[in-house]
Amino acid sequence: MKKKRNGCLTAGLILTGFMVALILVGFFWTPYDPTAMATGPKLDGPSLAHLLGTDGFGRDIFSRVLQGAGNTLTIALATVTMGAVCGVAVGALTGYFGGIVDEALMRLNDALTAFPSILMALVIISLLGPGKKYNVVLALGIAFIPSYARIARTAFASLREVNYVKSAQLMGVSPWRILWVHILPNTMPVLLPALTIGFNNAVLAEASMSYLSIGVTPPDASLGYMLSEAQGMLSAAPWYAAGAGGAIILLVFGVGLIGEGLQRRDRGVV
Amino acid sequence: MKYAAKRLATLLVTMLLVSLLAFLAFELISGDPAEIMLGTQATPECLAALRAEMGLDQPLMVRCLQWLMGFFSGDLGTSYHYKQPVWELIAPKMAVTLCLSAISFLLIIVVSIPLGLLSAGRSGGRGEGLRTAVNQLCMAVPAFFTGMLLSWVFGVALKWFTAGRFPDLREDFWGAVQYLFFAAVAIAIPRIAMTVRMLRSTVNSEMGKDYVRTAISRGNDRGAVLRRHVLKNAVVPVVAFLAQTLAEILAAGVVVEQVFAIPGLGRLLVASISNRDYPVVQVIVVLLAFWVVLAGTLADLIQQRIDPRLRLGGSL
Repeated sequence: MKKKRNGCLTAGLILTGFMVALILVGFFWTPYDPTAMATGPKLDGPSLAHLLGTDGFGRDIFSRVLQGAGNTLTIALATVTMGAVCGVAVGALTGYFGGIVDEALMRLNDALTAFPSILMALVIISLLGPGKKYNVVLALGIAFIPSYARIARTAFASLREVNYVKSAQLMGVSPWRILWVHILPNTMPVLLPALTIGFNNAVLAEASMSYLSIGVTPPDASLGYMLSEAQGMLSAAPWYAAGAGGAIILLVFGVGLIGEGLQRRDRGVV
Repeated sequence: MKYAAKRLATLLVTMLLVSLLAFLAFELISGDPAEIMLGTQATPECLAALRAEMGLDQPLMVRCLQWLMGFFSGDLGTSYHYKQPVWELIAPKMAVTLCLSAISFLLIIVVSIPLGLLSAGRSGGRGEGLRTAVNQLCMAVPAFFTGMLLSWVFGVALKWFTAGRFPDLREDFWGAVQYLFFAAVAIAIPRIAMTVRMLRSTVNSEMGKDYVRTAISRGNDRGAVLRRHVLKNAVVPVVAFLAQTLAEILAAGVVVEQVFAIPGLGRLLVASISNRDYPVVQVIVVLLAFWVVLAGTLADLIQQRIDPRLRLGGSL
């Protein structure tokens, strides 16, 4: 059978690859120093010298967007890693072993997942103290654990009954090896799209919190905080909002397409 | 009836647990309220006096009970920052947030259900790629960014409303609704995209089932089968999804209220987090949680009205 082209996945991978490459370059080199003032005329429109124009202090917006997007990317990756590792660990253990602990934890989890993760993160950040980069990661990471735990639990619980797992059990394979080698790889069709959705939620949540100035705050650069600055000068410098907003949109759009593509590949519809 | 009673009992227990959790979390982590109010320079005598006045010298259990009773008597303590009773601070803002959520929810239902049904059953073809792209793009644009653009276009450029001047709900209800409408659009767009996508996949997977093939092979019209048989079966998961949407609207509202300078709960929550005004944060968090739990319960009750299988305690 001829393999059909998965347009979603390809487009998503290309777009995300492009964005990540730009951001990686931004870690080492930006056209101007992101914090240097008066690199050109103030509130200057996009030009070859300043790809996305300059802001009210004459800072180069393209360099600032690169730096902000770098922060957003690191925070989102750290958050998803934290939420997914803890969540999948909890979900795997409770789903595979079952029992009373499973029942109790899942009841608690039902209540937690009903609560939108950004609200949860706001609550946690108000306890940890607002306006610090690591607290944002911690707050969002904790807020994401319940949803991953739930997804992983369902996947592990259903695979527990499968024949190859049962035969492995009969052969005396240790539970850890079964979880790690036999079940985990087979949960990927469910987990991978969940990771892309989680990444997007993390990007949007971080941007929202920084926009509200309780997430990442200066001197750390962040796209959300830049947008709150840009709002005041939307008439004078629309390119500021377009640059910062566009970076968020492209990042989320690309990863969203990857997620959609992965789900379709899994379902066999392309 | 028995099911409803059981569900309501669970609801009450959950609400109680949520409030207990919120109380304890803030009590244990947030530090000494008297110190927050007076600053670090305060003398021990002042601190002791204030603690006695605020009832902080009482044991934890007593204070917890008092706080819980506050939800019935309306005495929820005093804000550190505004030096006002929390309830007085919150009550008018709650009405605004409720209005905003209601408008957003209506928008989502009115737009996404017809769109979702229209796009269902029409998978494949040339429009498919474009539709997916538009759908994903709508989900990728942050609600507060759409909000910024909308408030600039309709508030600053077209002057359909005055950004930053929110009319009083009681004095000028329609003016306020008009103001809230644009914020609601910003909240609704990503959720509409998600609901359409969800409806589409639910209806499509239902359309592939045996009973649909039978109905069509017996000469029924596709549209009629969709309306008469498929919708009934597809609606159960959609109800659960919409309950989750109610909760998400609230979360998006927190940010969008800030964009449009709407004096609602979300804005107060953010300001109170920045000011470390814990009594206010605590109460708002509990109220939001109540809302979420209530929406979930409502969805369960509606679902079991629609699907008799659920009434017997079974699951799908």
